[in-house]
Amino acid sequence: MSTVPGNELLTEVEVPSRAGARSGALGKALDTTIRSLVPVLLALVAGGLLLVILGHDPFAFYSSVWEHGAQGKAWQESAKRMAPLLLIAVGLIVAFRANIWNLGYNGQFLLSAAVISGLAPSLVNDLPLGLAFLIMFVVAGLVGAIWTIVPALLKAFYETNEIITTLMMSFIGVGLAQILIKGPFQDPSVNIAQTKVLELNKMLPHIPGTKVHIGVLVALAAAVVVYLVISRTAFGLKIDVLGANPRAARHVGIQVKQLVITSFFFSGALIGLAAAADILGVWGYIRANWNPAYGDTVIPFVFLARLNPLVVIPFIAFFAVLSTGGTLATQEVGLPTDFLLVLVALILLFMTVIEFLGRRRSLGQSYLPNGLRAALRLPGAKKREQEAAG
Amino acid sequence: MSNLFHQDVLTALISGGVIAGIPLLLAALGESISERSGVLNLGIEGMMIIGAYTGFVATYYLHSTALGFLGGAAGGVLACLVMIVLCVWLGLDQIVVGIAITLAGEGITSVLQGAQFGTTYPRLGATPTVSIPLLDKIPVLGPGLFQQSLLVYLGIIFAFVLTWVFRSTNIGLNLRAAGEKPEALDAAGVSVVATRSYAVLSTGALAGLGGGFLAIVGAGVFTPFMTQGQGYMAIVICMLGRGKPIWVALASLLFGISLSITTALQLAGIEISTDLINMLPFIAVMVALVIFGRRSYLPPALALPYVRGAR
Repeated sequence: MSTVPGNELLTEVEVPSRAGARSGALGKALDTTIRSLVPVLLALVAGGLLLVILGHDPFAFYSSVWEHGAQGKAWQESAKRMAPLLLIAVGLIVAFRANIWNLGYNGQFLLSAAVISGLAPSLVNDLPLGLAFLIMFVVAGLVGAIWTIVPALLKAFYETNEIITTLMMSFIGVGLAQILIKGPFQDPSVNIAQTKVLELNKMLPHIPGTKVHIGVLVALAAAVVVYLVISRTAFGLKIDVLGANPRAARHVGIQVKQLVITSFFFSGALIGLAAAADILGVWGYIRANWNPAYGDTVIPFVFLARLNPLVVIPFIAFFAVLSTGGTLATQEVGLPTDFLLVLVALILLFMTVIEFLGRRRSLGQSYLPNGLRAALRLPGAKKREQEAAG
Repeated sequence: MSNLFHQDVLTALISGGVIAGIPLLLAALGESISERSGVLNLGIEGMMIIGAYTGFVATYYLHSTALGFLGGAAGGVLACLVMIVLCVWLGLDQIVVGIAITLAGEGITSVLQGAQFGTTYPRLGATPTVSIPLLDKIPVLGPGLFQQSLLVYLGIIFAFVLTWVFRSTNIGLNLRAAGEKPEALDAAGVSVVATRSYAVLSTGALAGLGGGFLAIVGAGVFTPFMTQGQGYMAIVICMLGRGKPIWVALASLLFGISLSITTALQLAGIEISTDLINMLPFIAVMVALVIFGRRSYLPPALALPYVRGAR
């Protein structure tokens, strides 16, 4: 965590308005690193204070997090946790860069997870294992993507605010997943509402020499591919133009409607892949009312990484350790695991404050493309606002 | 099916709808105040859950429903202070801070609940109701609408008061100006920051009150994550009602009924998956958005921090 590989990449994706107070590429990289790391440190300190108030020893707690999340063989658990977190993070990056608030990740994730858990037990027995995995990853991606279609169409054609539509679709998706788990996909041989458990030898194979499944490699590959697409292709450039200024995008002839739908599609697909990696690699089944809400905790790190799919990797690794270690550490001292949510929220709050201190003039706009906030407004209102802004 | 239209079932449906609708009503009215003034309050879910917790705790220790409601409102105010300082005073991103407040609210209430009560969830007693003479004797509607907690009447009256405030008072004009054209308000010599601060403050109080009602009257118990997306529903209701309090009130009651339909169906002896029923309000929102979404209205300066002299 102390060193962030790929700092030099940070400067590459800078929006021009973000030229820092310090001059030179090195100064800027340093500036960005400080701004990315300080919120995390402050959040850990504030969380420690909260622990003191609750009557726990923060040093013991954090060392217990480290012990359960990284030391010995514990790092393998954290690495496994990275797979879904990273895929969701990359999925969010695709949407956020394109000026789209896809907040429906929980529904997209759980629905894909339910479908995969339902299909997996029969597919792995009927087909060669490799082919079965391939099909299931594709299906998971499709389910996640399909769940974005309604918000995407509404946004593309009516400019309906996607924060609301994706959230609503998320609740519907979570409900639908429960119906699938308790209905068609339920394992008839047990009394609990859950799907049939995959046999251990029918799950995703491990990376040789470890107990980490290859879903982690899929996630890392996805991060690299998305980075290359965003930084090296016309599609990536279009997304960034749309993200920076939807009106400009329209003026240079970008098919905005198509682009909104495609970015939504890929965002949902990546989140669907996260479900496949997690179910096939770690759990092997899904139980009713299981909702890890990975996406909620990923959001701050996506912003701290400034929507860069490679830079987000170390942040996700850090959070994977905090999350696996933290779950055990909170149980050890008798705290609800939701304490981790507080830490995540603190990181978000300190992040905004640090942005403010770093950049008083552009007032917190620096880590979001301007268009992302403009996405909130409607066509007529947008025009008026732009006139007002000159 | 004939059971569905039995008197008891309809009474339970209306009464349950009102009880489930009031938290939505209060939160959505709060949200419309802050949206009118140009602050998109995504933290309303967090303010509600904090209000639910503080309201529950106040009622539990002080043995008074009224103090419980006060506690709920105070909790909401406490949570929205963060939003006022960060978003209104410092002009930081409203969406990110909103998400942060929601996550923090859910996390901290769960932690505090665990620290206090462990894994037990103590229940509160029945809350006092106020019957309106004569009207409560109407069959079906009477017990549902006119035999409720005092806050139910106050909430509905408040919708009318708010209509009047928006339309005919200086405060309402200032609020709208802060959301439509903050520069103009500033030029007229009224502080945009102060106007928005008071707006968010009342949003926090109302959302906290709504959360408190949910815990004290609705459920009689506090459980972590008990708001279950109702804050977000309130935002949608506010959008669908285009910030008009009366429409917001009607929409809240409709959503309240769809939230409480499970109980009524159970009374009627109809077996439908609760998951399906729980999805209904959200499906209703999506359908409403598909049909009316084009015509929803948001103030132009929504979610934009106001910086004096910035262009």
